[in-house]
Amino acid sequence: MSNEWPLWEVFIRGQHGMSHRHVGSLHAPDSEMAINNARDVYTRRNEGVSIWVVKAGDITASAPGEKGPLFEPANSKVYRHPTFFDIPDDVGRM
Amino acid sequence: MADNPTVEFALRMGDNCLVLGQNVSAWCGHAPVLEEDIALANVALDLIGQTRMWLGLAGELEGKGRSADDLAFLRDVREFRNCLLVEQPNSDFGQTLMRQFLFDAWHHPMLKMLSGAADARVAEIAEKSVKEAAYHLDRSTDLIIRLGDGSDESHHRMQGALDRLWRYSGELMAADAIDEAVVGPGLGDIEAQYKDYTSKVFGEATLTIPEAAFMQKGGKVGLHTEALGHMLADMQFLQRSYPGAQW
Amino acid sequence: MYAQEVKSTGKGVLSLEEMDPVERAFQEKVNAGVKIEPKDWMPEGYRKTLIRQISQHAHSEIVGQLPEGNWITRAPTLERKAILIAKVQDEAGHGLYLYCAAETLGVSRDQMTEQLLSGKAKYSSIFNYPTLTWADIGAIGWLVDGAAIMNQVPLQRCSFGPYSRAMIRVCKEESFHQRQGYDIMMKLCAGTLDQKAMAQDALDRWWWPSLMMFGPSDAQSVHSAQSLAWKIKQDTNDELRQKFVDQTVPQAKYLGLSVPDPDLKWNEEKGGHDFGEVDWEEFFQVVSGNGPCNADRMAARRKAWSDGEWFRDALMAHAEKHSADKVAAE
Repeated sequence: MSNEWPLWEVFIRGQHGMSHRHVGSLHAPDSEMAINNARDVYTRRNEGVSIWVVKAGDITASAPGEKGPLFEPANSKVYRHPTFFDIPDDVGRM
Repeated sequence: MADNPTVEFALRMGDNCLVLGQNVSAWCGHAPVLEEDIALANVALDLIGQTRMWLGLAGELEGKGRSADDLAFLRDVREFRNCLLVEQPNSDFGQTLMRQFLFDAWHHPMLKMLSGAADARVAEIAEKSVKEAAYHLDRSTDLIIRLGDGSDESHHRMQGALDRLWRYSGELMAADAIDEAVVGPGLGDIEAQYKDYTSKVFGEATLTIPEAAFMQKGGKVGLHTEALGHMLADMQFLQRSYPGAQW
Repeated sequence: MYAQEVKSTGKGVLSLEEMDPVERAFQEKVNAGVKIEPKDWMPEGYRKTLIRQISQHAHSEIVGQLPEGNWITRAPTLERKAILIAKVQDEAGHGLYLYCAAETLGVSRDQMTEQLLSGKAKYSSIFNYPTLTWADIGAIGWLVDGAAIMNQVPLQRCSFGPYSRAMIRVCKEESFHQRQGYDIMMKLCAGTLDQKAMAQDALDRWWWPSLMMFGPSDAQSVHSAQSLAWKIKQDTNDELRQKFVDQTVPQAKYLGLSVPDPDLKWNEEKGGHDFGEVDWEEFFQVVSGNGPCNADRMAARRKAWSDGEWFRDALMAHAEKHSADKVAAE
């Protein structure tokens, strides 16, 4: 009989104010133990100050076939990127 | 300096951490699941780190030029000052966790109290260790509750572990003049907290504390169980076989 | 290496023109350095090869805990003990990251564990040799981790996203492993005559098994070409082995130790060392189960797994009981 602990995805926010970032996965019987295990597995080097865990099965991911429609429109909005604008060197750092 | 109670006290604290850390570290690579393997190694690492601080302090105050390593690797069994609980063999994972819980439930309030100790160096080590001990206690509490109230088999194993190990819990609280000199008058509070906390946790875990258990003691004065000698033979092998070598 | 015996599909590498459009699009992505992610289309052979390679790599980390773990309780100082615990713990962590990477391809960790314990899955031959003295802990860090790092650094650029990301984390964490091994060796070589002899003996025993870690010569391997084309592998076995020898020989010299190979000499023309032939008969024997410690390693892993079953099941039972409580309370 397979009685495997479910898989959890782990997200950690570090000390420097960045958003939670996906760091990996692990197995745990429930969310509380997933948090404990994440602390032991993924913050062995003081990497984090806040941990989120999400059951891997509860994540809805974009289908690879939709990649074009989902992301390509953003490609045409090149003005969203700072490099779109040429600023003369004389102006200095911007 | 043998009359300095802090030397003896630091040996007790350090030997508890060393002997328990040594036992826990033997699980590396053999735990029931990878996540647990990693978590236990963290506990072992914390305990070995605390050992270095306590034994370092003991050696320094003793004033005979002995380092933490000298104390760990070159004393014989009668000179060890750890309580009997921590030297009990790993046995199955349930016994290992029960031993950890019975220790953590004492270690954490003890360190908390020591953070306010009159001796600044004792207070400093306690201050550094107390967060680690708080996490150990959280984890072992959580696992005791889950396993006590888990499957029939786990309940049975945890009750067996409690029946076997409870007799070693009394020694933790049995304070003598040395403990009183270093810790101060709050010692009685630790005992009360221990009783409250463990009965609450065992209640939630559906485990029963054995009635009228005869409490074993002796570790604090170097009267140990047979397991400790075997542990030392293993742990001290290199230092004993190659006297004076540097590693 | 940690996946010495990975067999990919034996069809031979197709050219872009020979591929159907879907496969061509896949290969072009790989060629352009775009990462392949678990839900993307991939050739069945790519998926199978990766599962085998990543799980072998993971198994190697897990079994690799055992020879070093053998010395945790006997480490000679408190600091060495702490360092060794941290290192063996990292190996468990690396096994965990790698199992998770393989799981994205649709195989569960329990299935992989089952394959390891039944003897169906392989792991690196190196971990079937015994750690007899403390110097072996130094030699493993220096040589075995040195060889592993050489293999793993290019794997950070592997075409499969989850594997590549796991390797980035592993490489970052492993940076201290080789150094701690060399540090042990330096201390022994600067120590008593007994200690130096211990260090030489460890090098003598671990040198050839370390060279075997890179796997058989590419000339004998029909699988390398496809793995290179898929960017599951970046360098050939022989290239990595050569690099390892060239890097390690001066390190041995610095320690004052001699490398146990009478044919070893500098070849000015190729700008590298010539060295003797690995005993491949021994390698194949060890891989197929006849190394000095194969039986012990497997017995230890099987015992951990079966002794731990009640623990894993009980925690699941508790979680299920209490999620039922929560639902009932709502």
